[in-house]
Amino acid sequence: MAASGKLTAGLGSRDMTGRKGEAATLGAVAAGGAAGAVARYALTAAFPHPPGTFAWATFGINVAGCLLIGVLMVLITEVRRAHPLVRPFLGVGVLGGFTTFSTYVADVREALAAGAPLTAAAYLAGTLVAALAAVTAGVLLTRAMFRRRT
Amino acid sequence: MTYLLVALGAALGAPLRYLTDRVIRARTGSDFPWGTLAVNVAGSALLGFLAALPADGAPMALLGTGFCGALTTYSTFGYETVRLVTEGRRTRAALNAGGSVAAGLTAAYGGALLATWI
Repeated sequence: MAASGKLTAGLGSRDMTGRKGEAATLGAVAAGGAAGAVARYALTAAFPHPPGTFAWATFGINVAGCLLIGVLMVLITEVRRAHPLVRPFLGVGVLGGFTTFSTYVADVREALAAGAPLTAAAYLAGTLVAALAAVTAGVLLTRAMFRRRT
Repeated sequence: MTYLLVALGAALGAPLRYLTDRVIRARTGSDFPWGTLAVNVAGSALLGFLAALPADGAPMALLGTGFCGALTTYSTFGYETVRLVTEGRRTRAALNAGGSVAAGLTAAYGGALLATWI
């Protein structure tokens, strides 16, 4: 896979500003995005939802991704200095590719089209509230965990 | 095969999100997350278009699940919204949350309308 080749090529230096670093960053985002999207596809295929019902798989994916971005951002900005490719790969790539806004919007439209406006509203608001709570929980729990240890 | 198409679409969508966000960030110089809003609205419009064609099978796996799925993001949207709240910019946070959902839905219906016209 070309993307992983670029990833290892960039690991020698911490400078990500040159052309090589730029290619390594884009490669890390692409590889992470592909991995995250494949995981999302596997989960939505394993837990399909009939039209007009609550899209639990995408809901869970988006909320879990939000929890993990909260954990990740505290780890790489407050706990320790991470390699410059960690955020592009895990944050922008894996979690960005795993979570999705377009499918969230499509699920709302699908529920409305299926004549289930209450499901659409519950899914729309429920995802938003749970996602923001998950980011906050991820940030606070990770901070609490590392404050105790250090 | 489907997994490969999803991976390929995402390998294009995710870097495009990263580059778009960087360009918009540099141009606006604002702390409002315009970049994420832009990719989320664009991806919602394209997925709305594809769903109304209707596209399924291989094109949907590549462009819908892969490309649109990875072009758009909920984790960055959520993180940036919470960051605005913790920085005391509650109005901006509310505008970002409400505006993203409203613009995303409008864009999706717009994309679907375009698909029925052509």
